[in-house]
Amino acid sequence: MIIFQGVTKTYKGSQGEVSAIREISFKIDPREFVSLVGKSGAGKSTIIKLLTGEEKPTKGRIIFGSYDVTKQEQDELYRMRRHIGTVFQDFKLLPEKTAYENIAFALEIAGKPQTEIDELVPRALDIVGLGRQAYNFPREMSGGEKQRVAIARAMINNPDVIIADEPTGNLDPINTAEIINLLLKINELGTTIILATHNKDIINSLKRRVISLENGEIIRDEEKGKYILF
Amino acid sequence: MFTSLFRIAKYALQHFVRNIWLSTATIVIMVLALFVLAGLIIFNVSTKTVITSIQDKIDISVFFKADTAEDEVLRIKSTLETLPEVRQVDYISKEQALEIFRQRHEDDETISQAVEQLQENPLLASLNVKAQDTEEYGDIAAYLENDTIAPFVEKVSYSQNQTVIERLNRILNTAEQAGYALIIFMSLVAVLITFNTVRLAIYSHKDNINIMRLVGGSNIFIRGPFLVEGVMYGILAAIISLALIAPVLYLIAPYSNVLVPELNVWEYFTGNLPRLFLYQLAFGIGLGLISSFIAVRKYLRN
Repeated sequence: MIIFQGVTKTYKGSQGEVSAIREISFKIDPREFVSLVGKSGAGKSTIIKLLTGEEKPTKGRIIFGSYDVTKQEQDELYRMRRHIGTVFQDFKLLPEKTAYENIAFALEIAGKPQTEIDELVPRALDIVGLGRQAYNFPREMSGGEKQRVAIARAMINNPDVIIADEPTGNLDPINTAEIINLLLKINELGTTIILATHNKDIINSLKRRVISLENGEIIRDEEKGKYILF
Repeated sequence: MFTSLFRIAKYALQHFVRNIWLSTATIVIMVLALFVLAGLIIFNVSTKTVITSIQDKIDISVFFKADTAEDEVLRIKSTLETLPEVRQVDYISKEQALEIFRQRHEDDETISQAVEQLQENPLLASLNVKAQDTEEYGDIAAYLENDTIAPFVEKVSYSQNQTVIERLNRILNTAEQAGYALIIFMSLVAVLITFNTVRLAIYSHKDNINIMRLVGGSNIFIRGPFLVEGVMYGILAAIISLALIAPVLYLIAPYSNVLVPELNVWEYFTGNLPRLFLYQLAFGIGLGLISSFIAVRKYLRN
């Protein structure tokens, strides 16, 4: 369960304060697949950063499961983050680690025993279709492959929610479709998915809940939404 | 706990090997810094040896009147020995003084003959006084003027040599202070350069730190590998810098012996190897650790 209650985030700019989002409230139930849509600067990334605790809201309250995100100390955030899988447009893989090691890393830092890691990582690599590239470094992989490693890493800890911020932004249509299918599959297995995108085709084909943002405010929240922005 | 430590060490080693150029560059800088440190230690030891040997050559002599009884001189000797400023007092009797005089001038026939013709020993018994610190000669000379000693004293060499001793003192003090200033300055330069290098190495990985945080890494897991790597830099740099300085000292030892005959730098090096290695290790590890700690903390804070 994710709850945003009257959340506002303002940044101090050179010309005074700029609101990234204003008085945003919504609720996401477990196992939902929610898309956040809007133009660049609409506030999608801000919402994601607030949810992962990268940023603190100026006003309002954010709840994630049993955590009150707004009250988490910096030093304690990592516990909460182990319940969140993140996928980004720029993949955010560790460049000195192989695909296998990148995925194993999420389990290692969570203190999982080696036997469990040896079992889970190859399985995750198989799910995302990268069994053969396990020992390749990110620089040796295509964008689509990197994003699949990122997804495998995001799901390996069996998180409550996977947040994907423009995961297909750097990918061609075929890879885009594969990544979205992977996210749908993970969602079917019971993980909440929050997908931020401005890809119209994805949204229209998904037929899932869509929260539309404009200038930092929610302008529409529909159960089976479409990409309608003016 | 053990698993975590093992994993942190594994990340550090992986990072070290997979960024071998960056690791090498950082170690080279640290080796240079440690090289400077070892050089400074040797320099400091040499200056101290020179200063001590010069100080050792300074003394004052108290000459006693010809009619002073030996007992009296010996009494004054034991009084002087109780003074905290006094390091050593040597008694030179009239006979010893004559003997020394003879030996010194045995090549000079005129003097030798003159001495032979003497009916009586014209030389005076004296006490040779060495102070703990060359600056204390003034105090000792003043003490010799008190009523229990002064009546027996013919002359004190201090008054003749006062200017020279004082001037020498000033030179020695300045040399010592300049040495310390140089050490502080060079160490500071070495520390800052190393700190900056380690910081840059970590700066190039600031994105990784952010990624590790997003994936749920606790601060210990993120900071740990960098700290371990800093320690590895330190250990390797200490070993390499000692391995480099050894042949250098071996080669310059004969030349430095000419300048400072009391100290053989190569023997000093081999004799103090464990201690020098410990210094280098402590300096290297401390520097690697602190630099890494400060650099990572910066990126963990926001």
